[in-house]
Amino acid sequence: MKPRAFDYARPETLAEALDLLGEFGDAARVVAGGQSLTAMLNLRLLEPSLLIDIARLRELDFIRVEKGFLEVGAAVTQDRLLAWPGLGAHVPLLAQALPWVGHFQTRNRGTVCGSLAHADPSSELPLSLAALGGEVVLRSARGSRTLPAGEFQRGLLTTARAPDELIVAARFPVGATRTAFREIARRHGDFAIVAVAAVVVPGGVRLAAGGVADRPGVVVVNDLAPAAVAERLNGFAWELGGSDDIHATARYRRDLVRSLGARVIEEALACAA
Amino acid sequence: MRRINRDEQALIKLTLNGTPVAARAEPRLLFSDFLRHQLGATGTHVGCEHGVCGCCTVMVDGVATRSCLMLAVQAEGREVRTVEALAGPELELNDLQRAFRENHALQCGFCTPGILMSFTDYLARENADVSAEAVRDVLGGHICRCTGYQGIVDAIVETAKGSMTP
Repeated sequence: MKPRAFDYARPETLAEALDLLGEFGDAARVVAGGQSLTAMLNLRLLEPSLLIDIARLRELDFIRVEKGFLEVGAAVTQDRLLAWPGLGAHVPLLAQALPWVGHFQTRNRGTVCGSLAHADPSSELPLSLAALGGEVVLRSARGSRTLPAGEFQRGLLTTARAPDELIVAARFPVGATRTAFREIARRHGDFAIVAVAAVVVPGGVRLAAGGVADRPGVVVVNDLAPAAVAERLNGFAWELGGSDDIHATARYRRDLVRSLGARVIEEALACAA
Repeated sequence: MRRINRDEQALIKLTLNGTPVAARAEPRLLFSDFLRHQLGATGTHVGCEHGVCGCCTVMVDGVATRSCLMLAVQAEGREVRTVEALAGPELELNDLQRAFRENHALQCGFCTPGILMSFTDYLARENADVSAEAVRDVLGGHICRCTGYQGIVDAIVETAKGSMTP
């Protein structure tokens, strides 16, 4: 229950961090809040030879609204974003989902981008990013690129980040004000058995579900008549293809996608435009 | 850039309960072990070591943090408060500690330091919701195997009410 030995580096600038990542690539791991990573180090699920600590990088410490997106830098903790006064007005889905991320004690240190980097299939922030159609900004010494949520998260704890790339920011579209979030877990703060988020978009509702497949699944429901919604959700629940595990059966998860899905769609539509 | 090799014992300086302290640590040393073994602050307890049980919760720069999910090197230069900071100069219990004793909010006491530090942070926040339901949410980050939690919830709600009366 103690990490294997590794070297530690705390760069002073983003450029230094990117140089280190360029040099060490896969052998290095980036740590910001470390609320998932340190547990994995302790359990020796990960054995990096170098840890690059970006938590104190000023360049990554920003929350700003720019060109229709809420941009959250990689050093921003979940708690700081939740406490940011403009959150409810700009991206209400995040105000709804963030209280479900881990516990009070882990949100104090865990970062928004770190959660996206970890890419746990049941975690709330990747789900929110997928539901909103957000983006992830990656930077390396070679340059910068921006990936949509669907292209960024590739599978269980797997993303499209190249070994020399650093996630520098997450971009959540501003303006989706009719949204809803629900989650079922054994205990508040535990991993979601199923979590769903609904966002009203032109011509329908975009629904994302986490905790079932190896990454958040997304469906756009255009026909909002109750019977049509039920049929679409049933198809979606089967398409996600969950499996039985110690937390829940696949059948229970399909059931939750159908019932919670219908509820969040209804709740999102009930929000004032 | 701060760079420490894996077998190097780096000198880590920080402020512990108002006093500047320094001790040596390899990069892989957890902050929980650093507090206990290097600094002798054994009031912080270690349970699961993967961020689930909450026993090792301390305050870093004013916010409750799992010290087992943090490295000693990451605490460098930080302001740290542990359970040792709560009692007064004559070791008289503070309001939260006294409420814990009066409400039977502990039995073996192993989980208690972490819970006290979580709520020292939580109760100090502006507009903290101190309904029993909200307190249970925050308490969800801790495991207590003795009390069944009701006494803990009572103690915290009582403390919050007491501190709000003029």
